[in-house]
Amino acid sequence: MKGLRSTCLIFTLGFLISLPLPSFSAQKEKMGSVHIMGVWGGEELNAFREVAAGWEKETGGSVEFEGTRDLAAVLRARVMGGHPPDLAILPNPALIKEFARKGKLKPLDTVLKIPQLRRDYHDTWLHLGSVDGTLFGLFVKATIKSTIWYPPKEFAVKGWETPKTWRELVSLSDRIVAEGKVPWSMAVESGGASGWPASDWIQEIFLHESGPDLYDRWVDHRIPWTHQTVKSAFEKFGKIALSHGYVAGGVQAILATHFIDGSYLPFLKPPMAYMVFLGGFTQVFIANQFPQLKPGEDYDFFPFPAIDPKYAGAVTGAPDGVVMLRETAASRSFLKYMSLAKAWEPWAKRGGFTSPSLSMALEVYPDPLSAKVAKLLTTSSIFRFDADDLMPVEVQKTFWKGIMDYLRHPENLESILKRIEEVAREAYR
Amino acid sequence: MRNGHDLSLVKMTRKISLETYLYILPALFFLLVFLFYPTFYTLYLSFFDQDSSTFIGLSNYLYLFTHREIFLVFRNNLFWLFLFTATVVGIGVFLAVLSDRLPYEPVIKTILFIPMAISFTAAAVIWRFVYFYRPEGFPQIGLLNTLLVAVGKSPIAWLVDLQVNNFALIAAAVWMWTGFGMVVISAGLKGIPNQVLEAARVDGAREWQIFWHILFPLLRPVLIVTVLTLMINALKVFDLVYVMTFGNHDTDVIANRMFKEMFTFGHFGRASAIAVILLLLIVPVMIMNIRRFRREEVL
Repeated sequence: MKGLRSTCLIFTLGFLISLPLPSFSAQKEKMGSVHIMGVWGGEELNAFREVAAGWEKETGGSVEFEGTRDLAAVLRARVMGGHPPDLAILPNPALIKEFARKGKLKPLDTVLKIPQLRRDYHDTWLHLGSVDGTLFGLFVKATIKSTIWYPPKEFAVKGWETPKTWRELVSLSDRIVAEGKVPWSMAVESGGASGWPASDWIQEIFLHESGPDLYDRWVDHRIPWTHQTVKSAFEKFGKIALSHGYVAGGVQAILATHFIDGSYLPFLKPPMAYMVFLGGFTQVFIANQFPQLKPGEDYDFFPFPAIDPKYAGAVTGAPDGVVMLRETAASRSFLKYMSLAKAWEPWAKRGGFTSPSLSMALEVYPDPLSAKVAKLLTTSSIFRFDADDLMPVEVQKTFWKGIMDYLRHPENLESILKRIEEVAREAYR
Repeated sequence: MRNGHDLSLVKMTRKISLETYLYILPALFFLLVFLFYPTFYTLYLSFFDQDSSTFIGLSNYLYLFTHREIFLVFRNNLFWLFLFTATVVGIGVFLAVLSDRLPYEPVIKTILFIPMAISFTAAAVIWRFVYFYRPEGFPQIGLLNTLLVAVGKSPIAWLVDLQVNNFALIAAAVWMWTGFGMVVISAGLKGIPNQVLEAARVDGAREWQIFWHILFPLLRPVLIVTVLTLMINALKVFDLVYVMTFGNHDTDVIANRMFKEMFTFGHFGRASAIAVILLLLIVPVMIMNIRRFRREEVL
């Protein structure tokens, strides 16, 4: 996603786009307008407009959306200058926490009906949006990282079964190698963000092996990078990435191939690899590259296998949460509207949208695969935010570089982790 | 003769009046605002921490000189400095001397000069395609690897393989600048009177001897200017690296690192310190250049 994000950055050079939305019915004047900030532009913004139009029609209010790719910086400046928007949609829970602790956010408990939310959302989502027991952020949209894509028909023909545990994953890989094929496609090239797809591997392994508590401590740098858990995550990743014959093209190919190109290999005829670990958005890549393939039949995914059974079904991803900065009749009303899954149906129908809400009917999604992604997201008992996105940017970049160094010289793991720890010590101060 | 010339110069300098100062005032103003102020402000910032709030003395410089990553950055620029400059001048001389003897000289020179007209970013994108790598057994679409595979060799990940990636980047830059080197050197070549060469030939000098003992010494001033220009460009290199590898895989250079510290990490102090170092490295080259200009003017 970072690659996409940075591409978008280039395209939106004048990085502040103010796009007021037209109001539909001017008769019911009293609702007024609501000013909302977010990162969306282009196709995403069009989809959001459709969502907003539903509320505008219902209430007669109007939605003014202001999109900027550099939301954290712009919003911070607005808040400091005393002119915050009414609502904002933040792609980063760390920001929600930061603003909430500074008293810049209005609690949502008083506006939204909590019992209703408890029915609509898995606890983990409400927990993620809460600070000290008060709900400040409501997650309305999410991408998921814990998906391994594979060609189901090929698997059926070969008699391979999708693995449920790490051990099964390794033995399946061994079996594929033994049958003279290459099990994995892996690619981490992504321009300035090169390395991030591998960091997804590390976070996923860490969460499944060491659990959410240690995960939080790792992300907040309350355990050092040289901790055994981090080391073990790297080594397990190395087991897949570095075992002889596991990955198409070996280390050079991992480093030199763009992550989107890497996602194609399992779906070529004949497949050049059989599995690729990449986020839920991979469906879009595959659908664009191979329009003749049917989602769910020719390509499918299985969730990241369990390492410690205690944490089976854990999922990592990146959700977008709504926060309220100014309480007005209009902002309350629009917030309430957005808290209902029904509001987001137009976007879900368009595709490229996954709701974390349980009340979003899976039939709404345009194909069975995106419904399956949604199901994995809404029912997961443990959800954690993308680890490197929560870290200071210097640590993030050193982490990415560290993984690439590790791929070249796995024997240097000790010193690589020491180096990240050094940067982290300075950056978290 | 020389003395008389110098004297008139002295007289002229004495005549500078208040009016003269008035005329240079606007230029001076722009120089101050756009050159001196930023330079000294950068120097000032380089002694402060990340957000320029606390004075930390030489810590930024200490950091830059004690980290392996930064050591690699300097090493790479050194590669650039020597390899890029030497190759461009070498090939430039070669092409200039040869094309001088060809019938379609202007056409050939134009073709060789075209890369210079392409923007760095576009050239970087072109060379990314030339170096495009796919693992062995996959159909290759990069020019170089297609050739390698066609002659039965394994493809090379040009931009990722630590043995070759820096050289691959430099080669792309050489491709861009060779035209420049050739044109400048060729112009110098035209300035050498034909009689000298003919006299040498009459005296029985062979072509190699003519090149080493006549052409080369006479070309020296032109060569030095070319070398200095190329050296400055080698020290400043940014675009090619930024687009082709983003400085990943040990290919980072000073300017790119400065950009990263500034815009990615938001570390004003370190970015400024790198800028100062880059400036200090370029200053000697500039001084040599200015000296040359002066000497030529006096002559």
